Amino acid sequence: MTKRVNTTKMAQFGSDAFAAKSFWHNGPAPGASYNFPNMRSSSGEEEMQRSQTPITTGTSVLGLKFDNGVIICADTLGSYGSLARFRDCQRVMKVNNNIAVGVGGDYADFQYLKRVIDQKIMDEHIADDGFALKPKALYTWLTRVMYNRRNKFDPLWNNYVVGGMQEGVPFLGAVDLRGMAYQDRHIATGYGSYIALPLLRDAADKNPNMSLQQAKEIMEKCLEVLYYRDARSFPKYQMAIVTAEGVTVSDVLEVKSNWEVAHMISGF
Amino acid sequence: MSSIGTGYDLSASQFSPDGRVFQVEYAQKAVENSGTAIGLRGKDGVVFAVEKLVQSKLYEFGANKRIFTVDSHVGMAVAGLLADAKQIVETSRSECADYRSQYGSNIPLKYLNDRVSMFMHAYTLYSAVRPFGCSAIMGSYDPIEGPAMFVVDSSGVSHGYYGCAIGKAKQSAKTEMEKLNLANMSCRELVKEAARIIYLVHDELKDKAFELELSWVGEATGGRHERVPKEIFQEAEKFANSALEDDSESDSEDA
Repeated sequence: MTKRVNTTKMAQFGSDAFAAKSFWHNGPAPGASYNFPNMRSSSGEEEMQRSQTPITTGTSVLGLKFDNGVIICADTLGSYGSLARFRDCQRVMKVNNNIAVGVGGDYADFQYLKRVIDQKIMDEHIADDGFALKPKALYTWLTRVMYNRRNKFDPLWNNYVVGGMQEGVPFLGAVDLRGMAYQDRHIATGYGSYIALPLLRDAADKNPNMSLQQAKEIMEKCLEVLYYRDARSFPKYQMAIVTAEGVTVSDVLEVKSNWEVAHMISGF
Repeated sequence: MSSIGTGYDLSASQFSPDGRVFQVEYAQKAVENSGTAIGLRGKDGVVFAVEKLVQSKLYEFGANKRIFTVDSHVGMAVAGLLADAKQIVETSRSECADYRSQYGSNIPLKYLNDRVSMFMHAYTLYSAVRPFGCSAIMGSYDPIEGPAMFVVDSSGVSHGYYGCAIGKAKQSAKTEMEKLNLANMSCRELVKEAARIIYLVHDELKDKAFELELSWVGEATGGRHERVPKEIFQEAEKFANSALEDDSESDSEDA
């Protein structure tokens, strides 16, 4: 009799191959009389683990508006904690002919959302109505997705930088893992918000209507400084440029760096 | 149809004593009342053409299109009830999206055809639903597998084709296709022929106004299904019109 009760109780745990085996035989099954800590509750609800931390990550993303377009840059390193694990994680993407996106944070979450965005763009092409997604629409949509996930306490662990042309005017906005969003003439996420943002602000203040060439030079300078100071950065990067003519995402480029003074650094 | 009125045509889930399902046959009638749609499969792609009959002058130009893009690499031309056809298009689109989310690549047309035809077939099995009053031509191009084209009809049966036609003038369109060596023709040639066939089979006496729809998918479009660009469209239309004139001239000579 007792045995039969046991088997029915076990069935609740039954199918889970990872559930603990019974402590003793011919007695009550674990969890049948008590709820042991870290064991499945008898309510039958599935336990799930939410995102606590990103795993494979990309570091800073930089964005900058210039007189007739937007630049977005990010290096190609996929860090596994502090280990420089993947050297070709491209995280600057062309969305359509007037939007580019740069992404920092968990690379798997980015890959997931990239699929969703790509299908979205394809659905639009298929609709064949002559409309195309605009950057502000994607930016707003991203805030909804990110905020929704954070309200489930299961955020997509990313920073998104959206750049594009909105009705002929450059657009630049950022969305973080909590759905917090803002627009600015220059954006830097992660470590870049400490290191690159002051440089970008300074440059934009001195030269409010910079040309593409000037903007490129500032971006290259920022990436160089980030490579010196951010231990999760990498000298290989990509640059997306959005203008009224369309979106170009560069091949993987290399930061010009100079380590001649490195031997003088001491004291850490 | 002597067996009409015998009571065996009330449900899609009942056979007649001689082994027919009348509801399905009626659905096929709906397709035969519609403007013609054709598909031509050549060596480097598939071309679609539709004779879209315009019922009223009050419609906007280009309204109620009958060629659809189902996925980036798949086109679909339909005949029959447009509302029914749109349901098929929607189902096909979600099958394509589903395949991509599961396998990370474009759905091969063979698989899409299987899924869509099983879907249409399911609507011929139950008394609570009616069969689709439409038929669809689907075509795609893959750089490795090459072009592919299938037709699925109201009964859920489908076949692969080099040249196919559905709708009103399908017979005369097919006769015209048989004169061509479709498997060895390029899309550029096929677009002209497709336009010519639609102009040829159009019956001016019964149906006055019509719009020509032309689309293609193949090497020329980088494997994407697109409407034929304006210049090529006009070129094809010109070719069709002059071929018709030549035809009528030689007819009058004969007479």
